[in-house]
Amino acid sequence: MLHEENWGMKKLAYPIQKKTTGFYQIFEFAAEEGSEIVDKLELAYRRDEQVLRYLTLKLDKHAMVYNERRRNGAFKKAKVEPTPEVAKAKVSVEDLESSVLFDRKCISLRDAILNKSGIIAEFKRQSPSKGVINGVSNLKFMNGGTFKYLDEDIYITRSGYTGEDGFEISIKNKNTEIFVEKLINEGAKLIGLGARDTLRLEAGLCLYGHELGIETTPIEASLKWAISKERLNNGGFIGSDKIINQIRDGAKKIRVGIKPEGRLIAREKTKIYNESEEMIGEVTSGTFGPSVNGPIAMGFVDQIFSKKDTRILLEVRGKKYPANICGLPFYKKSYVKGAN
Amino acid sequence: MSEVKYSKEHEWIKVEGDVGTIGITQHATEMLGDIVFVELPDVGSSVEKDGNAGVVESTKAASDVYTPISGEVMENNQAIVDDPGKINSDPENEAWFFKLKIKDSSELDSLMNKEEYDKFAKESGN
Repeated sequence: MLHEENWGMKKLAYPIQKKTTGFYQIFEFAAEEGSEIVDKLELAYRRDEQVLRYLTLKLDKHAMVYNERRRNGAFKKAKVEPTPEVAKAKVSVEDLESSVLFDRKCISLRDAILNKSGIIAEFKRQSPSKGVINGVSNLKFMNGGTFKYLDEDIYITRSGYTGEDGFEISIKNKNTEIFVEKLINEGAKLIGLGARDTLRLEAGLCLYGHELGIETTPIEASLKWAISKERLNNGGFIGSDKIINQIRDGAKKIRVGIKPEGRLIAREKTKIYNESEEMIGEVTSGTFGPSVNGPIAMGFVDQIFSKKDTRILLEVRGKKYPANICGLPFYKKSYVKGAN
Repeated sequence: MSEVKYSKEHEWIKVEGDVGTIGITQHATEMLGDIVFVELPDVGSSVEKDGNAGVVESTKAASDVYTPISGEVMENNQAIVDDPGKINSDPENEAWFFKLKIKDSSELDSLMNKEEYDKFAKESGN
């Protein structure tokens, strides 16, 4: 490590993950030509959710001299470029500069980078034979990476359709069977789609074809958070007129959580009535929630009946059963967010 | 002397005199998975052979229950309404669905015995 520079919090040139400011950090370090340190470092950046953007450059001798002089105060008045992407240098020799943009004051990874042996230790930790694929246990929630299995690339993300901690795996067809058998031998159990669906519903997550479709807007589906502020302010995207109108005037129908009283399961397409027995909507997903030990559902209702604790009726097999509008998710677990 | 007979809709009926006790088979519960809801016919109602006589729901699906023979419902098993999981643990004994007064015992002739049912269940695979 030759030099470290902390630029502190800066405004971003464009928003990244809805954030408009970030902490810039530059590390200048030396590495042997052809060493794997850059790959390892960049893999660590990609895995670390605190890192918003990174750029690693090889510095030519002029850049090295420039950096050296700058450090010694030669350009005190020179304006420092605000984004690391602009810091260009020719790719030739072995001195490297890594610009890292963190969304928060860099913590764990920074400590690792500051000390080269630290980052190597980080990678050594992955090698013990625990688990089926080395290194996966170090993945953080909502991150992914390419790993090796039977000499083929296998892409694994720590995320999942259920909203809980889990892994989604992309693997070559020919290796799938042996891989799954290996997982089973290690104690994994196959559960199937039904179980997966109960978990995503407990987590209050939408499923395309049920809560989402070409006729549903993000506002109706209570997914306004998924549209960036800039898009909402500037418009001009497909469907923006309708969406912006709905934000202003309210959507007619809104996605809600539904808790039937008793044990009745209201499945998809169950009609929803208000207490005066007027139809106000339809269930889009409904099942028995094993973690909440009771029936749960999601559906769309007229906005005026979408308030929490509104009493509604569900028509199942010709009879109407009482239920209540409730908040989502049905079940919130503080699951593991991945390796530290 | 009681005898147990089976229907193609995966119900069993245990006959004692003119009273039939009806439930769903072990094989049916295995196909359904965890049962989480059950609806039984009302006491005093009349049910017709092969007609609808309740509902079982697992996390996977809702399925109708059919009565293998006709009769008047004398009793239904509230214990399985309160704890549907009992149907998975002991379907052919404790978790009976309802008892009926048999209208026409000749209807029993169309049902299968244990051996025939086992063969049927194995071959039909559903």
